[in-house]
Amino acid sequence: MSAPYDLEKGDAVHPGRPVQVDRYTVGARINHWITAISLILLAISGLALFHPSLYFLTGLFGGGQMTRTIHPWIGVVLFFSFAGMFLRFWKANLWKSEDGTWMRRIRDVIAGHEEKLPELGKYNAGQKMVFWGMSLLIMVLITSGVVIWQAYFASYTTIEQQRIALLVHALAAVAIICVWIVHVYAAIWVKGTISAMTKGQVTGGWAWRHHRKWFRELVSSRKSGTRGTPAE
Amino acid sequence: MFPPIPNPTTAPVAPKMSDADLVRRSASGSPSQVEFKEPVAKLIDVSKCIGCKACQSACLEWNELHEEIGTFNGTYTNPPDLTPASLTLMRFTEWVNPETDNLEWLIRKDGCMHCADPGCLKACPAPGAIVQYSNGIVDFDHAKCIGCGYCVKGCPFNIPRISQVDHKAYKCTLCSDRVAVGQGPACQKACPTQAIVFGTKTQMKEWAEGRIKDLKSRGYKNAGLYDPPGVGGTHVMYVLQHADKPSIYAGLPDNPRISPIVEAWKGVTKYVGLGVMGFAALAGALHYLVNGANKVSPEDEANAEKLAADKLSSGGRS
Repeated sequence: MSAPYDLEKGDAVHPGRPVQVDRYTVGARINHWITAISLILLAISGLALFHPSLYFLTGLFGGGQMTRTIHPWIGVVLFFSFAGMFLRFWKANLWKSEDGTWMRRIRDVIAGHEEKLPELGKYNAGQKMVFWGMSLLIMVLITSGVVIWQAYFASYTTIEQQRIALLVHALAAVAIICVWIVHVYAAIWVKGTISAMTKGQVTGGWAWRHHRKWFRELVSSRKSGTRGTPAE
Repeated sequence: MFPPIPNPTTAPVAPKMSDADLVRRSASGSPSQVEFKEPVAKLIDVSKCIGCKACQSACLEWNELHEEIGTFNGTYTNPPDLTPASLTLMRFTEWVNPETDNLEWLIRKDGCMHCADPGCLKACPAPGAIVQYSNGIVDFDHAKCIGCGYCVKGCPFNIPRISQVDHKAYKCTLCSDRVAVGQGPACQKACPTQAIVFGTKTQMKEWAEGRIKDLKSRGYKNAGLYDPPGVGGTHVMYVLQHADKPSIYAGLPDNPRISPIVEAWKGVTKYVGLGVMGFAALAGALHYLVNGANKVSPEDEANAEKLAADKLSSGGRS
């Protein structure tokens, strides 16, 4: 039997009190935090050039010229870093029928009535939308960003194309910052989440409450962590 | 002949333009009350231009710029385009007038038009890097320029050029340094035929009127002044023999205006964007205050432990 779509490399259960569940490998976490730091730096440097009232933020990067120089390079780092995350996570983020149910019961989601929601795989529909939203917006941002990268690429496009790229880049940036706010807020609101990206583990209760289908799959598979039983 | 601007005295004179004369600064609020000085203008009479490029040389000389030696590209236009060093450029067009079947050599001195409503200034994100003086001159402050190239996208005339050496934007200053001491721009000073004249905008319009009358009497029935209203008028104006079709003059825009895309980007996007991001953050904070945290209950942990324990026993391991 093929493995469930949402079991990722390193996912495992460690029995105990409380049960500990491995959610993200060291590689995934490093990959995530490089992306996260890049995204935050990009947002700050980008906002500095977006609205005059935020221009003072260029001071964090060593002035306007340095901000203008460094912003696209951080974008390149983010693009490749996110590409790594995409390869790790895309499969577990495929859309499933329970995601539609989750979406229809978004009121219960917002109210925190998890008991009224279907059992979910490793990611819920909100997380999947964050994933696909980030993926799409990063493609839009890197493409439009290259078009307006004055120092190297100004001569490859017309000024009219660059104008469109500027508007698209600004709109996509606003959108991705909103997606980021949703992502960060969800991690703060749903207690017990952040340890997944710091220590790599969540408690069994967290997995039971929020991603029961994934938890059941982990338990019933033979992936019980380092102390687990060997394959037959 | 337009009365030439007299040479300056050798005695020191107070500058006529300073920071107190700024009516607009990029990425900044409006400066406080400014005493409006008489708007100035440069009038370029295309019909009088002989294409000698004295203006181009004078511009390089006055601004201490050095153009790289280029390659011949088959036309008199040299260099082939404006560059960070060539702030002005004679553009040569051979045009066959369909009415007379005559070949007309149209020579237009290209460069910053000093729009009353400058697209470069509106697009600029660096406070004070682009300024507009009360006499109409639009100038770049290179100490504040960050080299992003937004001015290039904002300009309806495709004028600013970004240097690959210092990554700053360059364009004609209308010789603001000369105008500040009562002189005209260097190109005007050098022009041997008075195809370039400089004075107040009112004077220039009057002078242009006489020129247009003369051109009309010579059969150029569409002769006229190029002072495009789409950008609020310009402080560099052309007298054109064929003012009904500016685009024959090496692509001079027929109806220049700041691109609606740039207006949308620097207008509604800027404010709505900040608003939307602020709203998202606020909505999160409110939700947390109203609903509280989404916590894992002890029952959840117990259920998880039970499930894991069942698995352990079925796994046949203690």
